[in-house]
Amino acid sequence: MARKKFSLIEKEYRTISYVTGPLLFVENVHGVSFNEMVEVIFDNGGRRSGQVLECTENYAVIQVFEGTEGVDVKRTRIRFKEEVAKIDVSGEMLGRIFSGRGAPIDGGPPIIPEQRLDVTGAPINPFARAQPQDFIQTGISAIDGLNTLVRGQKLPIFSGAGLPANELVAQIIRQAKVRGGEEFAIVFAAMGITHREAAFFRREFQMTGALERVVFFLNLADDPTVERLLTPRCALTVAEYLAFEKDMHVLVILTDMTNYCEALREISTAREEVPGRRGYPGYMYTDLATIYERAGRIKEKEGSITQLVILTMPDDDITHPIPDLTGYITEGQIVLSRHLHRRGVYPPIDVLPSLSRLMNLGIGEEKTREDHRNVADQLYASYAEGRDLRRLVSIIGEEALTETDRKYLKFAEEFEDRFIGQGDEDRSIEDTLELSWELLSVFPKEELKRIKREYIEKFYKGKK
Amino acid sequence: MIEGYIARITGPVVEAKGMTGSRMYDVVKVGDLGLIGEIIRLEKDVAVIQVYEETAGLTVGEPVLSTENPLMVELGPGLLKSIFDGIQRPLPELFKEAGPMVSRGLTAFALPRNTKWHFKPLKKAGDKVVSGDIIGEVQETRSIAHRVMVPENTEGVISQIEEGEFTVEEPVAVLEDGTPLKMYQVWPVRRPRPYKIKLDPQEPLTTGQRVFDTFFPIPKGGSAIIPGGFGTGKTVTEQTLAKWADADVIIYVGCGERGNEMTEVLTEFPKLKDEKTGNPLMERTILIANTSNMPVAAREASIYTGVTLAEYYRDMGYDVAMMADSTSRWGEAMREVSGRLEEMPGEEGYPAYLATRLANFYERAGRVVCLGSEDRVGSVSLIGAVSPPGGDFSEPMTQNSLRITGAFWALDTSLAHRRHFPAISWTKSYSLYLKTIQDVYRDRVAEDFPRLRGEAMSVLQREAELQEIVQLVGPDALPENERLVLEVAQMLREDYLQQFAFSDFDAFCPLKKQYMMLKAIMTFYEKGQEALRRGSSLSQLFSLPYKVEISRMKEIPSDEAEVKIGDMIERMITDIEKIEVYQ
Repeated sequence: MARKKFSLIEKEYRTISYVTGPLLFVENVHGVSFNEMVEVIFDNGGRRSGQVLECTENYAVIQVFEGTEGVDVKRTRIRFKEEVAKIDVSGEMLGRIFSGRGAPIDGGPPIIPEQRLDVTGAPINPFARAQPQDFIQTGISAIDGLNTLVRGQKLPIFSGAGLPANELVAQIIRQAKVRGGEEFAIVFAAMGITHREAAFFRREFQMTGALERVVFFLNLADDPTVERLLTPRCALTVAEYLAFEKDMHVLVILTDMTNYCEALREISTAREEVPGRRGYPGYMYTDLATIYERAGRIKEKEGSITQLVILTMPDDDITHPIPDLTGYITEGQIVLSRHLHRRGVYPPIDVLPSLSRLMNLGIGEEKTREDHRNVADQLYASYAEGRDLRRLVSIIGEEALTETDRKYLKFAEEFEDRFIGQGDEDRSIEDTLELSWELLSVFPKEELKRIKREYIEKFYKGKK
Repeated sequence: MIEGYIARITGPVVEAKGMTGSRMYDVVKVGDLGLIGEIIRLEKDVAVIQVYEETAGLTVGEPVLSTENPLMVELGPGLLKSIFDGIQRPLPELFKEAGPMVSRGLTAFALPRNTKWHFKPLKKAGDKVVSGDIIGEVQETRSIAHRVMVPENTEGVISQIEEGEFTVEEPVAVLEDGTPLKMYQVWPVRRPRPYKIKLDPQEPLTTGQRVFDTFFPIPKGGSAIIPGGFGTGKTVTEQTLAKWADADVIIYVGCGERGNEMTEVLTEFPKLKDEKTGNPLMERTILIANTSNMPVAAREASIYTGVTLAEYYRDMGYDVAMMADSTSRWGEAMREVSGRLEEMPGEEGYPAYLATRLANFYERAGRVVCLGSEDRVGSVSLIGAVSPPGGDFSEPMTQNSLRITGAFWALDTSLAHRRHFPAISWTKSYSLYLKTIQDVYRDRVAEDFPRLRGEAMSVLQREAELQEIVQLVGPDALPENERLVLEVAQMLREDYLQQFAFSDFDAFCPLKKQYMMLKAIMTFYEKGQEALRRGSSLSQLFSLPYKVEISRMKEIPSDEAEVKIGDMIERMITDIEKIEVYQ
């Protein structure tokens, strides 16, 4: 059996037998590794890169990142690079712009690598993880008050086409701070977003002077689709290096995961795999997990990785496989609502389906305030009640309601307008909690069942 | 020694040639790194292998070695307080050896080889022993004494046995035929451990959670599933059960779930005190963590590893509860491997043998008479979380699990959105064990507990019907007795079914307190209806302070509950009967 480990000459093949979509089948190859990188070389000297998806003794299946346009079975050559996808990393990457595969595209000098790392990464040993616990103040009441973000968390924003998810993320980046903590380094991975969106973020970073703290990975809408499969992995490899080797707190922005999943489906279909729900491959959960799980903190390491992920729910459908599988992996979700957006509420966060699973770790005495948990529960319960009543009112009219019910209705209105709809304001957590009490105090004390009596005595603002 | 070479690699599935002589489910070492895998199909000299570690970089032509043994776990002292991955590698050891990332090809013994355990014999030289007999004890943790058993297919007369400090590999006893008995044994995970007789489970597994104990209880040796969309609180519920269920040993399997959640269990359990013994919960817990980004094949194995450990402690005569979070990820792992094998898919791409695998797994639950001459009784209860895509319970994992488990605890998204936790739907859930367990409650808690539960359920059911009318005409259009139904249903929902897992007094609610609380609410209902029939009004009823008092019942410490709530019920009866009626 031919074994190849360290051959001196790289092997080239001209044995392409079959081309379909982004895939190439190459015959009579020897000693190919799984997930090995390849170069596709054209007659005119043009080069593209690809990756081995399946290999056997006789043939290998290769996905070509830049597409198979112009590939012919006779002259196009395949060169195996004898290594899996890797990226050069260095602390100097901050402030630079890279392609979706990690090549500098800002016209600057090449990166002098401090290390060369496998982009797939390795899973963090669950025992080695440290529990996230540092409250991140985003200045947004609907997040800080009700769905608190902590350092080391992965939190997606479920958006819909035309909803201001980008603005919200920009605002979070602008305002996010940890109490007494240092600034975040930002790793920004764009997957299939438009030039306009990319420019928006660039401008935002420039305005806030954050640009030299940002590493950009840009795979834009007109860049090769399959390249998107590498983009988040490159970005997270750099993030891991910055966080766990350079002791930085890294905020990773992934946008838009929907485009990533489309690329995954494209490859899967081309390979004629058994499709799962809506044609997405059955292993999409595992694949997404290998991206999202690369967030967190590690024992005895200073740095941390926090992920903010944007995804667009196709047709605003939260049960669509992309948001659904994401929600099963991430630690909560922020859901944007078209209804609130139409009413002119910004940020249009629908708090009822939104959730932060790590909230309890970041709040309470010494972190935010002792009544935080109770207040959040009460706001949820009262707002849910108000929303239910709204439906009722549309059928039977407001006159049929009791006095208390009307208070709930009023509360829901105020809550949406003032608490959620804060606009561009940067609110401290104290302001958020004060406002909560102000809103809750329209109810008599007995209605506040979720709040401990001692907190009611201390913070209640209504008639005593 | 069977040695072949890699002929094909596709994701976690590898084909090896030259493997003549291999058996199905034998463990193999794949490639130069020696990645661990398992044979799942044989075609002439080709073995198809699912690999438990990442296969990127593996090269066609690298060697494949068969260990000629199936996937085994080590059973012996040192399991408790441990945290393993899906194939029983101790994660703290891997951390020590290889740093924070799980790199490939690592191996470590599941049981520490150099720890000395103090062995106390319970048999003496000359005693005849058969497999399953306990020859001695080791105090494994403060909570649990580890009973050292004679392994399967071994029997004879003890020729030598002594007390002392031993490692797991040193023999603690020798039989007359020269067979050494050690404190540990190995067992293939896919084979259920044997027992004498399976009993009908009757003893309730109390959890301190009102919605489970009162409404949908399960017995020790029973099985239940918790299906729910994301964010409905599956994990919190599983963790709550792990904390409070009155089992001796807890096996918690994090199967394809979040890394940070395992960290939470790891940080929290050592701090939490166990109600019964006062020791940290961790002293009676084994964690198996195979997070979602760890290799998918090991996820498939983790469930079997977990249940084998559970059966081992059952065989010592303990009541064991295993929580699997989430079985859907396990099913998906099967689907992924099946897809790579190009098997004909069944429903939604799951393999056609999904139902068989699920049945085989859940049937490993049960209360049994263990092997050995002394007829010990032990049990394994299985509680599996299910994560149905889009929260739709009609999908194959939920439906196939439903057919074989005894209790269905359905989590409801709309309850979770209004922060009603545990978000167990009282209309969709059921327990097939209800009748058996209520008979026990009748003897141990109170004669009328089952009756009150039945009435409470009918109030909640009635509420669901009335809500439809209210949606059309508003609550004011209802007669007063029906409005009382709505009010009491609200009490049941908010003051009874809701239970805050992080509260000091309410995280655990003993059966007696559950009964008193339910009695208080239902007495209010019955007496209230009586008063309305006498001609008094709803507003008179609610001018009494009991609505508020009922809502504060949760905060009464458990040991004072009986007296305080009993006292309140008496006052309530008198006050309601005293309501004046203006004719």
